[in-house]
Amino acid sequence: MTRMLQRNGWVLGLVLLLAMLLIATKIIQPNFGASGLESLGRAAVPFAFATAAMAVVVIAGGIDLSVAAVMAVASVTAARLMVGAGDGQTVLIVIGVLALGGVMGAINGALIVLTRVPDIVVTLAMLFVWEGVALLILNTPSGAATQWLRDLILGSVVIPGLPETITSLIPKSLIFIIIFLAPAWLLLRRTQLGLAIYAIGSDQTAAFRSGVPIGKTRIAAYCIAGILAAMGGLTLTMSTGIGEPIPGPYLLASVSAVVLGGVALTGGKGGLIGPIIAVLILRLVRMDLTLMSVDPNVTTIVEGTIMVVVVMLGGLLAIKGKRS
Amino acid sequence: MTVSPLTRTGNFLRDNPLIPLIGLLLVLLVALQIMQPGIINQRWLGNTVKFAIPLAMLAACQTLTMYTGGIDLSAAVVATIAAFVTATQMPLVGAGPALAIAMVPAILIGLLNGFGVGICRVHPLIMTLGTGLIGTGFLQVYQRSVIASGSEIPAFLEWLGTGRTYGFPNALLLFVPFAAVILLGQRRTGFGRLLFALGSNEQATRLSGVRSWQVYFALYTLSALIAGITGLLYVGLIKAPSLSLVEPLLLPSVAAAVIGGTSIFGGRGSYAGTIVGALILTVMGTMLTLLQMPEGGRRILFGLIILSLTAVYLRLTDQG
Repeated sequence: MTRMLQRNGWVLGLVLLLAMLLIATKIIQPNFGASGLESLGRAAVPFAFATAAMAVVVIAGGIDLSVAAVMAVASVTAARLMVGAGDGQTVLIVIGVLALGGVMGAINGALIVLTRVPDIVVTLAMLFVWEGVALLILNTPSGAATQWLRDLILGSVVIPGLPETITSLIPKSLIFIIIFLAPAWLLLRRTQLGLAIYAIGSDQTAAFRSGVPIGKTRIAAYCIAGILAAMGGLTLTMSTGIGEPIPGPYLLASVSAVVLGGVALTGGKGGLIGPIIAVLILRLVRMDLTLMSVDPNVTTIVEGTIMVVVVMLGGLLAIKGKRS
Repeated sequence: MTVSPLTRTGNFLRDNPLIPLIGLLLVLLVALQIMQPGIINQRWLGNTVKFAIPLAMLAACQTLTMYTGGIDLSAAVVATIAAFVTATQMPLVGAGPALAIAMVPAILIGLLNGFGVGICRVHPLIMTLGTGLIGTGFLQVYQRSVIASGSEIPAFLEWLGTGRTYGFPNALLLFVPFAAVILLGQRRTGFGRLLFALGSNEQATRLSGVRSWQVYFALYTLSALIAGITGLLYVGLIKAPSLSLVEPLLLPSVAAAVIGGTSIFGGRGSYAGTIVGALILTVMGTMLTLLQMPEGGRRILFGLIILSLTAVYLRLTDQG
């Protein structure tokens, strides 16, 4: 029991923080309830997938600066193809967009492995490239999203047999996050590839000597991140109904959620659950500021400051970790 | 040991990066002349130089930070803030005080960058991206408070940005001394050499008694100041302050430094290369406009240039 507590101390702390924030929200806004949770969940979905994508790459010892741009490409591709698409076609489009994300991620990874240029430079260059691709696909925000796809994350769940007062408190978007991130979590925790990703993140030489194919694992990690980022872009189109070619603030938000979620930027440590709770915490802070009727531009400042402070604390912790 | 031709070319290029760069610039000029005969005249050259100068100045921020293995992605936001604050404070307090006020946010952002990079050891890319975001937020809030007072650009900034004397752009009056200080400073002063030292081997530099955090503080503050001055020059050139004024120069400024042979990993480069890089990019911009290349295509091209040049430089120096 104590071992479990020690291992998951960081995540438990985050859960506690989230609970405290929820109580604070209830105090600020006494009628905070089903609709509040629904909008929180809906706002968190793209951030959750962006953060998961970043977490996988950071665990593998890299960083993906192109995550927001890949999301933009996925979002505009989906929005453009879904104009007038039928229900059946939509399924194909979704699969196609996820595959496209995987390919974009694999290109990022392959370029890093082949050119031997550090991750941060390659993904910075690819950030520009994917931004350009998104602009070529759609020049201005437009397009559409099929209704049944949008219904997957809008509103709250309906479970037959349970009274509506309980089910309305569970937003569909949260269930959506859990269902679609579960495969990524299983892959990281329960497969050989997942183990290999942790291995190259914590010590590349040791991983190489134990027979882990470094290049292939790195490409696979970026490929998974690409698929997750494409998922994030897709949810962006699902919740707004249009495609947006200019990437949102997902890069910095995902890095700070990853750091706050207990994933070391040096690689090899952490999981997916911490970062996802961190996403909820960061979204809830923003929501509380809005509820307190703070100017939305001031909210941007506060949010940016929180992110920078989190990354700075993460940096200080990393120095401390190295010394001990 | 035999020296392969590739290594020899690599060493040559590393020692004299200016020669192939100037060659490339000439090739581009010839290509442009073929595409649009008669385009190259004194007026066009003056205009090209005029637009290349703010780019070269913003690229100085990237070049100097890259010497230490860093980058300054907040430079464009800092420049925009300086330009916007000057233009909006001008009707309220006059030109001189407006310029002084405009430099305050620049220095603050620079100090914050220095703190994050030097003391908290955050990667400069992430740190400057974050401070850029915060800066944008402040700018939007600030815009609300001055929306009633209107904006006005100081006359001498317009003179500096757009004016010509004997056919030469007046901006050269600012740029030539600026470039001279940087070119001399990077090789002949202790501070300049410290930047290269930190970029080559930070551990060794620290062990030889350098307090690296002080250098980072000074470097990022200097970079923000340069960005602020660039913003002033650019608003004199464009004459319309907006909330995203200098943003389009950010990507090219990184590209100009990389094209000029400055290593993004630190320890190698020269501002002379960056200046030629900025000229190359400006000429290329004219060509892309003639070819009617859409904005998306330009971004893809910039990204690919940065990636392929970095890969080539890495390959060359690996063997050398």
